[in-house]
Amino acid sequence: MNVLACIKRVPNTGAKIVLTDDEQRIDTTNLGFTMSPHEECAIEEAVQQTEAHGGSAHVLTLGPEEATEQLRTGLAMQADEATLLEAGDEEWGPRATASAIANGVRELGDDGAEFDLLLFGNESADAANYQVGTRVAAELDLPCVTGIKSLDVEDGTAIARREVSGGEEVYEIALPAVITVKEGINEPRYASMRAKMQARRQDVDRREPTADTGAGTYEKVRLEAPETAESEAEILGDGTDAVANVVDVLESEVEVI
Amino acid sequence: MTLAFVEREGSDPTEETLEMLTLARELADGDGESLDVVAFAGGSRLSVDELGAYGVDEVYHVVHDRLDGYAPEAWGESVAQLASDVDPSAVVAPGTDRGHEVLAHVGATLDVPMAANCIGIDVVEDGAYELRRNRWGGSLIEHARLEAGTTLLTPAEHEFPIEKAESTTDPSESEFTPSLEDTQFRVQVERVERADEEGIPLGEARVVIGGGRGVGGPDAYDQLEELADLLGGTVGASRAAVNEGWRPHDDQIGQTGAKISPDIYIPCGISGAVQHMVGCKGAETILAINTDPEAAIIQKADYAVIGDLHEIVPELNDTIREA
Amino acid sequence: MSERDLPSSAETVIIGAGIVGNSLAYHLTEQGRTDLVVLDKGPLPDPGGSTGHASNFLMPVEHSKEMTHLTRRSIEQYEDMDTFTESGGLEVARTEERMDELERRVQSAKAWGEPGRMLDVDEVEEMVPYLNTEIIEGGFYSPSAGTCDPLRAGEVMRARADHAADGGLTVSPNTTVLDLHVEDGAIRAVETDRGTVQADEVVIAAGLWSPKIAAMAGVEIPLTPAVHQMVSVGPISYFEEYEGEISFPVIRDMDTQMYERQHGNDLEVGSYQHRPILWDVDDVPSIEEAPLSPTQPPLTDDAFEQSMADALEIVPQLLDDPEAGVRHEIDGLLSQTPDGMPLLGPLQDVEGLWSCAAVWIKEAPAIGEAVAQWMTRGWSDIDLHASNVNRFYEYGTSRTFVENRSREGFQKIYGIVHPAEQWQSSRPLRTSAFYDRQEDLDAQFFEAAGWERPQWFESNRDLLTEYNTELAGLTRPNEWDSRWWSPIILAEHCHMRDNVAMIGDMGFGIFDFVGSDVPEYMERMAVGRTDVDVGKTVYTPILAENGGFVSDLTIARLGPERYRVITGGAAAGSDRAWFTRHIPDTGNVSLIDRSESLCTLGIWGPDARDVIADVAEEDVSDEAFPPYTAQDLTVGEVDAWAMRLSYVGELGWEVYAPMGQGRRLWDTIAEAGEEYDIRPVGMGVYGTTGRMEKGYRLYGHELELEYTPAEAGLTFHGVKDADFVGKDAYADAIEEENAATLCTLSVVDHLSADGERRFMLGNEPILDEEGDVIVDGEGRESYVTSAGTGPTVGKHLLMAYLPPEYAEEGQDLHVEYMGERYPVTVEVVGSRPLFDPENERIRG
Repeated sequence: MNVLACIKRVPNTGAKIVLTDDEQRIDTTNLGFTMSPHEECAIEEAVQQTEAHGGSAHVLTLGPEEATEQLRTGLAMQADEATLLEAGDEEWGPRATASAIANGVRELGDDGAEFDLLLFGNESADAANYQVGTRVAAELDLPCVTGIKSLDVEDGTAIARREVSGGEEVYEIALPAVITVKEGINEPRYASMRAKMQARRQDVDRREPTADTGAGTYEKVRLEAPETAESEAEILGDGTDAVANVVDVLESEVEVI
Repeated sequence: MTLAFVEREGSDPTEETLEMLTLARELADGDGESLDVVAFAGGSRLSVDELGAYGVDEVYHVVHDRLDGYAPEAWGESVAQLASDVDPSAVVAPGTDRGHEVLAHVGATLDVPMAANCIGIDVVEDGAYELRRNRWGGSLIEHARLEAGTTLLTPAEHEFPIEKAESTTDPSESEFTPSLEDTQFRVQVERVERADEEGIPLGEARVVIGGGRGVGGPDAYDQLEELADLLGGTVGASRAAVNEGWRPHDDQIGQTGAKISPDIYIPCGISGAVQHMVGCKGAETILAINTDPEAAIIQKADYAVIGDLHEIVPELNDTIREA
Repeated sequence: MSERDLPSSAETVIIGAGIVGNSLAYHLTEQGRTDLVVLDKGPLPDPGGSTGHASNFLMPVEHSKEMTHLTRRSIEQYEDMDTFTESGGLEVARTEERMDELERRVQSAKAWGEPGRMLDVDEVEEMVPYLNTEIIEGGFYSPSAGTCDPLRAGEVMRARADHAADGGLTVSPNTTVLDLHVEDGAIRAVETDRGTVQADEVVIAAGLWSPKIAAMAGVEIPLTPAVHQMVSVGPISYFEEYEGEISFPVIRDMDTQMYERQHGNDLEVGSYQHRPILWDVDDVPSIEEAPLSPTQPPLTDDAFEQSMADALEIVPQLLDDPEAGVRHEIDGLLSQTPDGMPLLGPLQDVEGLWSCAAVWIKEAPAIGEAVAQWMTRGWSDIDLHASNVNRFYEYGTSRTFVENRSREGFQKIYGIVHPAEQWQSSRPLRTSAFYDRQEDLDAQFFEAAGWERPQWFESNRDLLTEYNTELAGLTRPNEWDSRWWSPIILAEHCHMRDNVAMIGDMGFGIFDFVGSDVPEYMERMAVGRTDVDVGKTVYTPILAENGGFVSDLTIARLGPERYRVITGGAAAGSDRAWFTRHIPDTGNVSLIDRSESLCTLGIWGPDARDVIADVAEEDVSDEAFPPYTAQDLTVGEVDAWAMRLSYVGELGWEVYAPMGQGRRLWDTIAEAGEEYDIRPVGMGVYGTTGRMEKGYRLYGHELELEYTPAEAGLTFHGVKDADFVGKDAYADAIEEENAATLCTLSVVDHLSADGERRFMLGNEPILDEEGDVIVDGEGRESYVTSAGTGPTVGKHLLMAYLPPEYAEEGQDLHVEYMGERYPVTVEVVGSRPLFDPENERIRG
């Protein structure tokens, strides 16, 4: 079984985000980069599934040349291959991204890399558009389910579970399929030092992305960093006097009682 | 016309749906057009009684013999077909897993843009919207311009209050039966299972109780274990506690331990060193119990109890057990 | 979160609540302070500075006595707070050269009183089974090394301070300093976002942010943030069965400049081998902007690649654990200074403002204690002279200098650094008027406090042939012994003793004091009487109240209310700070710093008077210009001022001329000296050969806070009537029997086991007949404070403090050098010169 995990390079930010002067992007001068937490789980799932069922785990991103850093993270996590759809520095919208990935998947297929499972993060940490996986599935005419927190593959069928209030919805989907996953589906591994070192030397497949644009337009005008009031904890009380309030939070806010 | 996708629990709209209706009504009022809603029938159907209070003009019940349960693609296709029929200027869905999923399918089917996580929308001209939406979990706001024949939107969760309309309407009802193919049922809910919360690893637990140096020794973790049991959760520890040998290495939460993403994390007697906070930043809610109101953990928490965990936790356990 | 109000005033404000600020607070309250504010812009217990990400191990043995003693004392404090785990430390060698260096570690361990021994490969394997011993030659084992928890220690120290101050301590986290208020050259208040605190004493303990805080008061703390890369790998199954934080020695893989240390079931792997990565402090993100912490930016991957390969080579068994991954990886920011030492003490341009910066976890508790002692009583138990913040005063505080030296120094952290090794960057920086002339003569320049000083002149190579016989047996066949050294120094020495030599510029600190209260002030500063006739010079110790040395220097009375203080270049900044700090608030005393405006040329040797007489307008006969006096001297066209004295034991003068006329002075003397074959000679003669033969003491080597003038043999002034700093302790020291006395020793046999003649370089332990390090009654080890060859006496000379039972002329002892013992004998007890004991030459 061959599994593709699609990821996105995003800055590793703190609580406060600083923008560039033109308000078009985050000032990343002193920031590192990472991938969205959901996508880290997507890679881990891809690797675990191929470890269990054989086949190859492939990691793909659409992004700038520097996104090879995140692909290498994937390789260090024991993915077998990596593809960069080299998109330059501009941020691509969700439709163009989905189209480029779908085209990339087709191209890879033409080159002999067919995937049984395409994994995405449920939504990206930065843009949170909640749609790229679904649109890729539509383009490729594959079944798709989102927000999955448990996945088993048996005899060409994916058994996927999604958390809902009070339980789990269970889906059974014939492969090939697109599944978007959420943090908690697994515990993504930390790459070993040797794997990290080897990943630095591994080849990355580079391709020119192509995208079709559909009807309508969505244009980012600018970004704004809202003045956040000091996020202060709500003090529920001192000592045992607070217990009633704590129970209230557990009951109505978090719903774990 | 603005078309809103309604999620229901039994015959009532969900809270998130009512929040979404605040946004949808704003759009409809701005356009001077009607606010229509679409809901899926099956088993039961949405009761219209309450909806008049929210200014709903028309309710479409999607009726289809194969649509008993949730099937994302079929649902999306159904809404898309209805939208093609009634030609709304906007389709709005709740900012939930299901809302996003259905609307993304609509977007894919109609091949139009979709804006999720919106916090404010202005209609600037026919079919063109200026909107603001959350990025980075609300740390950033994106100002964007969206122009499409049909505009797809979801509100950011809990961004819009549940508000009734100024004047009550009397919604009319109609049924809509989409034409669906087999392939659109290739994904559907097969069954709903109760979640099994036993023995889950820290990284996957929905409730985590953390114990730090303030716990004072290995024995006092019993109280935390009990709280974890009561809440269906798991106990973790800070590096300091692990270094002391009070807990096994595997229990460590933090940069060099487990990264947790529970619905709630309850750190007890943990001061909140940076390395620890990195491990629990995925937590939805943090409720800290600590003696020092200036401790870093209090700054990072959503809720805090100032006091001695050795008094508070047993009392909390008793209260929960009795409840 | 509860806002804690800041008091409107406090006796002391400490800026920074990392390990340093907490330690200061604790020790200041121990010293009796009860009205303190500690503030930090970050939260507690980890405000976001280097304290929060250090690997927290303490390896006590270093080549610096100061650092070793500070680390030892810190271990004691961490132990006392129950925040120390003794694990032992193991430095392993991959090369033979490193094995020699580790032998030198053993030597330093003995000299500073720490346990430590060499291990062969089998012993290493037994101690740390997971180490790949195939690639190592052996190791140095430091049993007292261990790890600490500085955040917990901070909590304990704050709690203790709170208790001791009895309500007088305010700790205010999440408080940002906005400004420092300075009036009339003194600190008055700290302005923060939670209000302003009036205070006449403020300590900057803000780690790598210290320069920013200092700038608010218009002063400079020369440090730069620098990256130390560290990753943490786990979980490692090998460690599973071991409870607690650490069960194996901390490993330092010296040749790859890396360490590997167990931390729970993780292995922390740190590196100093990568290229230096310096940060601008303004680029360090705020707590809110930083994903992890301001001082933990993401790892620069490419810089760490070789480190990974090296770590995998030495601990493959752990790092290839199938369960283990890299769980944490950072470019940890720490404070790097131009010479790698901390920046401590009063900032002399703003009274009441102190620096306590660039301090590592391993020394922080002891430094907090020592600086607290310094603040409250004027001296510290452990001498901090090498860490004095003022040592870069007026030359080494520029950003370019700090960065260049930090980049260079970063690579020395685990390097094999020869004791005489010279810095290469930012040179030449301070050049005297003689520089071009000296360069023409192929001078080999060494640097002191930024000044370029010739150590020897290649142009004097011909003298080697001339003094071939005298130098036989004194040249150094071993490469290490002769690194940064030349036999030409010895030949220059011989030439000076036989003829005449010119030496300059020494880079002295030259301070003129003017004002009606100067005579009284000067009397109070010096052990020696300064109410001397105008034109007299006084060589005198400068003491702290404990009777220990702050400096030794020469004071010349220029006029009734005018004195000139001349001190060694390296100590100039600290001495200036000491003198400034003691100027009475209401007194009429002004300091004029002449260090940069006057150049100094020494003319010494039997023919010195003849050379000078030829070109001086004034009479320089013994009657007209007696020894130990000073007067104006016109040399050719140059209006100069001269002192008749010598640090090399010869007849001659130190001539001080305006820098602008220095080259004329050089040319005039060189020309006049031609017929006497005058040679320019280097500081090798001035600072070592000539000095050692004369038994002259050097501040920072023989003279330290930890020794008294009685022990150093510098009590020739007796106890004067006038009051002076350190008088009581000084008088007591004279009365008491010395716990140790400074002696001059000579090496009896230089031959090593493999038949090579070896020459000690300093800091070697002195051993008794049993082979044990000699320790005096106050627990101080006997070690070589200075080493240097005396060509005229034909011996390699060592100075060392010896307890009474060994301080006997003719006593045979041993010195340990590079793992071997060499017999030495005590030549002189006390300060009597070995060469020309009656000083007839100087008086000639």
